Amino acid sequence: MQLNLALAQIATKLGDVQFNLEKHLDFIGQARSQKADLIVFPELSLTGYMLQDIASTVAHRPLQDDPVFQPLFKASKDIDIVVGFVDEDLRHRFYIASAYLSDGRLLHVHHKLYLPTYALFDEGRFFTRGAGLQAFDTRFGRVGMLICEDFWHASPPYLLWLDGADILLFSSASPGRGLNEHDKLETAWWVEGVTQSYANLFTSFVAHSNRVGFEDGYNFWGGVTVFDPNGERIAHGPYYEEALTLACLDLNQLHRTRARLPLLRDERVDLVQKELNRILSK
Amino acid sequence: MNIDLTINTDLARKILTGFIKSEITRVGFTNAVIGLSGGIDSAVSCALAAEALGPQNVLGVRMPYKSSSPDSLEDAEKTALGLGIQMETIEITPMVESLIQREPGMSKLRKGNLMARARMIVLYDQSEAFKGLVVGTSNKTEILLGYTTLWGDMASALNPIGDLYKTQVRQLACSMNIPRSVIDKPPSADFWVGQTDEADLGFTYEQVDKLLNMIVDKRCSIEDCMDDGFDKSFVEDVTARIRRSQFKRMMPLIAKLSSRTVGYDFLYLRDWGT
Repeated sequence: MQLNLALAQIATKLGDVQFNLEKHLDFIGQARSQKADLIVFPELSLTGYMLQDIASTVAHRPLQDDPVFQPLFKASKDIDIVVGFVDEDLRHRFYIASAYLSDGRLLHVHHKLYLPTYALFDEGRFFTRGAGLQAFDTRFGRVGMLICEDFWHASPPYLLWLDGADILLFSSASPGRGLNEHDKLETAWWVEGVTQSYANLFTSFVAHSNRVGFEDGYNFWGGVTVFDPNGERIAHGPYYEEALTLACLDLNQLHRTRARLPLLRDERVDLVQKELNRILSK
Repeated sequence: MNIDLTINTDLARKILTGFIKSEITRVGFTNAVIGLSGGIDSAVSCALAAEALGPQNVLGVRMPYKSSSPDSLEDAEKTALGLGIQMETIEITPMVESLIQREPGMSKLRKGNLMARARMIVLYDQSEAFKGLVVGTSNKTEILLGYTTLWGDMASALNPIGDLYKTQVRQLACSMNIPRSVIDKPPSADFWVGQTDEADLGFTYEQVDKLLNMIVDKRCSIEDCMDDGFDKSFVEDVTARIRRSQFKRMMPLIAKLSSRTVGYDFLYLRDWGT
């Protein structure tokens, strides 16, 4: 079985949801015409990233009658879609969120678990931390979604793996930093390295979607990637320009890799639980 | 500690030209206006803007004072010709002299500040005339040391080189079409004859860039810097300069009275809605 995955690295207008929605529909159309089964947009793709006080004014709920989600649900009849947005819950708390839409329905919403509030980041000032995470079933198998800082911590990808996810979809709006003598910023080196490591350690598919463009002096570097269960890079988008990058995921690779390298079979969850209990009871 | 300030100039150019293009065009402009001193910083800003917007959309403005070095004027012209940008020359002598003559014996510092602020007035006037945004030319070294004039050379709409130390600006210059004489000459504010930055400051850019990188970027303590061979008085002097000049890197303080105040809890990027 194959999954034709499209990663959309777009530049967004800060706080202009209608403009960004139209760009989504355009990229979805391009992905559809290239026979993609699933298109993944970056973190906060409908709103832009450095929202600050804009955050509460651009929130939407992924409901059928929401004016922004309505056309996305309609578009998801023949292609699955992951979009980044600001979610507002019934108690009016705001989350950085990713929604997975399929066949006109909402399959899953992930709320960002780790909100960086240090250095140039100030997410904890404006957003609520997600309360939990879960893998979910799609027509391509079980999937897990994480947003940027979530995978700077090792536990969320690990938990999704234990929860059955064979395809990890990471999305970021990664402000580029760390210029040195190399041809990539330190941020790009780190994200690409760690994403590949998760593919290796979990013998799973790992796709990373990242935005481009500028917000004030912040640059977003793009460079989407897809790694297969052997840790081989099977797609890589360009840096610093909008692009739609296609990758064909041969899902049978999971069988071949795990027959050779049974890391999932040998994983000792009971040991993790025992030692966590000990550590937490200190 | 191994302090290596080498930058990949291709990557820097890609990011900085993208920045200039994005930040100018997203607010409806196509042009840039840059004060062209004949020095390396303004040459690099001009070269980046020319690469980002096309040379015909960049105006380099020479703004000599009567004591300005003829070499500066010549180097500015060579830079503009090499890049193919537009160039204007607007003397600031009459603007500045009208104030200097009111007070015989005015200090060099005050005269220098007057010149820097007169140039700011000219650039912002040309900004409207040329329909371009003013692109800044201050580097990270001088911004951190406060070796700048508030509302003078610090004033701009956007600054592509403000996160590059002077020695890194030099690397970028070597990768671009900038005359050798501009790259090789000693950096100078050219406020008076024979002035050089390094004589004013009392240390070289090579030395201070490494120290600033340790203090600012690597968050090293004074002891860490001394362990690395820096003289205690040099470290303390630079640390004090950074602290004392913080006001130059900020907008004016607003006294907070209401529940929502510009500068404190009215938080939007400048790119809001664009």
